[in-house]
Amino acid sequence: MIFHPGVLGLVTGSLIVLVMAFFSVVLGIRIIIGWDITKSTAGQLSLERQTYLVSTVMNYVMGFQILSLFLFVYTADDIHQLFVGAMCTTGSLNANPIGWTVLFAKIIIFFLCGIWLVINKLDEMAEDYPLVRFKYKYLTALAPLMALEAYWQLSYFLGLKANVITSCCSSLFSDEGVTVASSLAALPVDVMMYIFYAAAALETAMLALLIRKSAWRILRYISGVGALVFFLIALASIISFVSIYYYETPVHHCPFDILQGQYMFVGYPLYGSLFGGVLFAAGAAVAEPFRKINSLKTAVDQMQRKWTKLAVLLIIIFIIISTWPLVFSTFKAYGQN
Amino acid sequence: MRGHGRVIEYALSTLARRKFKNFSVAAVFSFLIAVLSSILFLTHAYKTETLKLLEDSPEIILQNMSGGRHELIPVEYITTLSGIAGVGKASPRYWGYYYDSLTSANYTLMAYDENMQDIKLLQGRMPASEGECAVGKGVADIRQVGMKDDIFLTLGTEQNVTLKIVGLFSANSAILTNDLIILTKDSLIKFFNMPADMATDITIEVNNPSEVSTVARKIRRTFPNSRPILKNELIRTYDNIFNWRGGIVLTMFFGAIAAFMIFVWDKATGINAEERQEIGILKAIGWETADVLYLKFWEGAAVSLSSFFTGLILAYVHVFYFNAQFLAPVLKGWSVLFPKFEPMPYIDIYQIFVLFFLTVLPYVAASVVPSWKAAISDPDSVMR
Repeated sequence: MIFHPGVLGLVTGSLIVLVMAFFSVVLGIRIIIGWDITKSTAGQLSLERQTYLVSTVMNYVMGFQILSLFLFVYTADDIHQLFVGAMCTTGSLNANPIGWTVLFAKIIIFFLCGIWLVINKLDEMAEDYPLVRFKYKYLTALAPLMALEAYWQLSYFLGLKANVITSCCSSLFSDEGVTVASSLAALPVDVMMYIFYAAAALETAMLALLIRKSAWRILRYISGVGALVFFLIALASIISFVSIYYYETPVHHCPFDILQGQYMFVGYPLYGSLFGGVLFAAGAAVAEPFRKINSLKTAVDQMQRKWTKLAVLLIIIFIIISTWPLVFSTFKAYGQN
Repeated sequence: MRGHGRVIEYALSTLARRKFKNFSVAAVFSFLIAVLSSILFLTHAYKTETLKLLEDSPEIILQNMSGGRHELIPVEYITTLSGIAGVGKASPRYWGYYYDSLTSANYTLMAYDENMQDIKLLQGRMPASEGECAVGKGVADIRQVGMKDDIFLTLGTEQNVTLKIVGLFSANSAILTNDLIILTKDSLIKFFNMPADMATDITIEVNNPSEVSTVARKIRRTFPNSRPILKNELIRTYDNIFNWRGGIVLTMFFGAIAAFMIFVWDKATGINAEERQEIGILKAIGWETADVLYLKFWEGAAVSLSSFFTGLILAYVHVFYFNAQFLAPVLKGWSVLFPKFEPMPYIDIYQIFVLFFLTVLPYVAASVVPSWKAAISDPDSVMR
């Protein structure tokens, strides 16, 4: 399956991103070892300059990581018709279950990269780069995970075998033909709706409170963990009820089809606002412990306020997009109207 | 805080000041993108065209096998087939290939049956009696014949036939009918010397699409020597073939992508004294390394985006206005009587996405280190 344009794009892209990430790690290790802000030697100056290179490279890596998440889903959708019984992305991922691992790894790496950028941003705002060692250790731990993800992605595509007519002479209709499952199990609609709106209200309320009182430390941490919990609940809700309202079909729970043109690409703002909102909420929480460092105090204050505002805004957008069809569509999941 | 707009404006003016250097990068980049996107556009056009044709084909085509080879199928199978639950209409098809030594081309000879009504005719009618035929545009052109002319086919002393052309297929249907000659069932059977109770294959309609594989399984069980070919299988196979061909051609251009990366690296590394001085001055008036990197980012974005769109437009013109003259032979295969094919203009966001990964990402990767090297230069050392 490797000779598919999309697969080639993904595999080449991962390879290049990986080279960039490991290049950053090599520079990072040099910085971890040699860094001493009090010195003013030529070596220290050159290390300080290299931090610019690493943050530039990591910004690009992050950008491509986001795009590759979408390209992966898109490619899986494009190849679905090569498998008997597959109807959309879900079917393609079921055709070789490591596909799900790749998808989850991509999402986790997205958040980990995002957190790295948060730390990097704070570090650059302080005069004395207080987080420099920490952020490069973090990066050194992150890069192997990216390598693992690239490897899983490659083995996913290598492991896919399309159900095609292989030879003009062989019997091509196979009795044993395996049909891949084409749908996901979904949680009940009504229960999920209560959980979703409760979680959304709670998380938004916490964040809104934190815009005013950014010093509430415990609440800040709860909101960070809460953002991740909300993320999982939101994904489950998209599968459970948001999808069926957009598709106007009570049995179609695919979380990927909303990215397609026939649903006006609504999936992009939907997932974009969710991922962005959760990342900013989590990032603001991650910044909290750095408040102890004197040179970072004002930076943390300033950025936390900004990120929290963005998080609230994005999560509200997400809630509006997911609620839109519930209110305005003629489709009703249950009950008579 | 400088406004983003100002930085972009400055980036554009720097690019304009070094026209030749940037133009050469942009030209090579556009060309690379044009080639890669031509491949994707054309593959996609072939794929959609083929899939559209297959939409109308029967759900199941049943072939008879003997010794692992395709054999003529007894027409009497139809009675048994019609008894299988779920089977709609089953009808025999008579067809074969004919190599014409005069023109060294292969024709497809097919017996007329009433299912063919929907093929658009340019002029004339379908053959009604023995000695009449309808031919595709390609056949008519290569034999230099027209309406009411005779066409002579021979397979040796016994099997000769002279056919009068009563119908000519229009060029619109070329992909289906280009190498086609349609004649009556009796003339075809006589010409190919087929046994009377045999057909080439049997087409089977299935009333409920979700039952197709069950029906096919039942047929296999009833006639163990037969081979049911499902429409879905055909679609899947063609889809895979075109993906694969596109992928292979793309892979051949990986060398070009690598060469391009080296070219970009080289161009970006070789900044001259003047550029160095400019960065030095920027730093002396208060720009920081991060600002210069930001400037470099916008320069790169301007070059890659303009090349990206130029490349896309070039590819669009090449594929959809010039029918992909340079690429078509590689992607579609080869035959003497190949239909003239005009791809339907269509661009998929997915293709743009893939192209972006294959071109812009290598460009960014190749230019990031050189632009950092430029950005860290010391104001005092360069202005001295």
